[in-house]
Amino acid sequence: MTDLPARYPGQTQLGLVIDLDLCVGCHACATACKEWNTGGHMAPLPDFNAYGDGAWGVWFNRVHSFEEGEGDGARTVHFPKSCLHCEDAACVTVCPTGASYKRAEDGIVLVNESLCIGCKLCSWACPYGAREFDADEGVMKKCTLCIDRIYNDNLAPEERQPACVFVCPTKARFFGDLGDPNSAVSELVAARGGKDLMPELGYRPTNKYLPPRRARPYVDDLAPQPLTALMAEAQSRADVANPLLRWVDRLLSR
Amino acid sequence: MHPALSIVFFTTASGAGFALLFLLGLAAPLGLLPQSGWFGFAALATAFILAAVGLVSSVFHLGRPERAWRAFSQWRSSWLSREGVMSVLTFVPAAVFGIGWVFFGVTWGVVGLCGFLAAICAAVTIACTGMIYASLKPIRQWHNRWVVPNYFALGLMAGFLLLDFIVRFWIAWPAWTPLLALISVLFAWWSKEAYWRFIDTNSAPSTVASATALGSRGPVRMLEPPHTQDNYLLQEMGFRIARKHKVRLRLIARVAAFILPALLSLVALLTAGGIGLVAAAFAVMSAALGLVIERWLFFAEAKHTVTLYYGAVAV
Repeated sequence: MTDLPARYPGQTQLGLVIDLDLCVGCHACATACKEWNTGGHMAPLPDFNAYGDGAWGVWFNRVHSFEEGEGDGARTVHFPKSCLHCEDAACVTVCPTGASYKRAEDGIVLVNESLCIGCKLCSWACPYGAREFDADEGVMKKCTLCIDRIYNDNLAPEERQPACVFVCPTKARFFGDLGDPNSAVSELVAARGGKDLMPELGYRPTNKYLPPRRARPYVDDLAPQPLTALMAEAQSRADVANPLLRWVDRLLSR
Repeated sequence: MHPALSIVFFTTASGAGFALLFLLGLAAPLGLLPQSGWFGFAALATAFILAAVGLVSSVFHLGRPERAWRAFSQWRSSWLSREGVMSVLTFVPAAVFGIGWVFFGVTWGVVGLCGFLAAICAAVTIACTGMIYASLKPIRQWHNRWVVPNYFALGLMAGFLLLDFIVRFWIAWPAWTPLLALISVLFAWWSKEAYWRFIDTNSAPSTVASATALGSRGPVRMLEPPHTQDNYLLQEMGFRIARKHKVRLRLIARVAAFILPALLSLVALLTAGGIGLVAAAFAVMSAALGLVIERWLFFAEAKHTVTLYYGAVAV
C-alpha cells in the first residue's frame, strides 16, 4: 500500500547521521554498500560495461565532493549520499502499484521488486537521487538501510548495522533511531545542529547531516609556534626537581 | 528530464484522443454534430484509437510491461494510478455512447447521458495526466499551476482541430468547429507562452547549498563528481541536449503547434469544400508535429533537483 503509515509520537525512525567534518571521502561506505547489497535484500546491483568505457551500474550510496567558501576560509567537504528514508516520502505515494512502501515499524523505505512495474516515477519524485533503476530486471532499486544486517541474528551483535556505517574508517557515520529524541544519534544531531537536505521541499528526511565545525581562523604570523612549544617543553624539563629524573630525562633526550 | 519518446507520444496522442472524446461526448448529445452513425464511427474511432495507442505506448516505457495491470491499484495516493484507472473507466460510458450513436444513430436519452459521462471522465483523465507531472516537487518546471491548464488547453486544441477536420467530410462548410478550433489554438498558445514565461522567470527554490546543507563558510560548488562515467540518475534526470537549443526549439514549437494551425484554421473558417478540408488536414498535421516538439521540450527543459549534486547551482 503506497499510503504512508500513520504517524504516532515516539515512532521508531531508523536512519543515518553523517558527520561531514569526519568524512575523508575514501568511498569505503559506497564500496561496502555495493558489496553487501549486491548479495542482499535488493540483489543483484548490476553493472554494465563494467570493464570498459561507459561503465555504469546501480549503487545505493555515492560520495560527492564539494567546496565551501573562498580562499583561505574554503574547505573541501566530502558528502556521502544514500536514501534519506523521508517521513513524507513522495517516492512511496507516487507509486502506482504499491511496490514502494514505508515500513510502519521502523520507517525504512523499501521496494517490493515483485510488484514493481519499472515506471521510474518514484525516481522522479525523489529530490535526492536515492533510487536507481535496474535495467536488467526492469525494476527500481534503493538503499534498504541494510535491513538484512540490522535485524540479522546470524551476525555478531556489533555487525548488526548498515554496511556503510560498519565499514567507515573515520567513524563519520552513525546509525540509530532518530524518532527517539533521547537516542544517541538524536542527541548527536541536537548537539551538532544536524541538518536536513533540501528542507524547502518538505520531504522531512530522516537522515541528518552534521555540518563541518567552524575552523579556527588561520593566521600566518603564528607560524613559529611549534618552536616556541619545543622551547617551553625543554624549559619544563629543566624544571624537573629530582636529580635522578633529570639525569634520566637528559639520557632519554639524547 | 530525459524525454522518452514513448511518454512524449503517450501524452500527446492520448491527450488529443481524450479531448476529442470530451468534445464528442458534450456536443453530440446536444445535437451540435452530424447525427450520422458513420460520422459517429469516424470521430469516435479516431478518439478511441488515439487514446488507446497512447496508453499502449506508455506501457512500453515500463521496465516490466507485463505487470502494467498492477498500476490500477494505488489510486488513493498516486496520480499515475488515478490516470490509469480513469483512462480505462472512461471507455465504459464511451462504449455505451459509441454503440448507441454508431449502431442505432441515437445521441439522446441514456446514450446522451453516457456521452456526458464519457466527457467528464475524459476531462478527469487529462487532469490526472497533468497532475502526474504537477505533483513532482523536485522539478520546478512541472510543479506549478500552469501544467494542468496547459495539458487541458493543448488537448482541447488538438481535439477541436481533429473535430473540424472530421466534420468537414459531412458538412462542407461547418460554422462553429473552425471558429472554436481557432479560438482553442489561440488559447493554447497563450497558455503555453504563459508557462514558458513562468518557468523562465520564477526563481529556483533549491540550491546546491540547500541540497548539501552547507554554505555557512561561503558559496558551495562541486569539486568532484562521485563517479567518472554516466549513471542512471544522469541519463534519466540530467538530460542536457535540448536546453542548448531551447530558443530554436521553442520557435519551431510555436510555429508548428500554434501559428500555422491558427492560420490554417482561419483559412478553414473562411472556405468551404476541398480547400477547407485540406486546410483543416494540414492544421492537424502541423499541430501534431508541433505538439510532439512542445511535449519533448516539456521534458527536456525540466531540471531535476538531483542535478544539484552534479554541478547545477540552483534548480
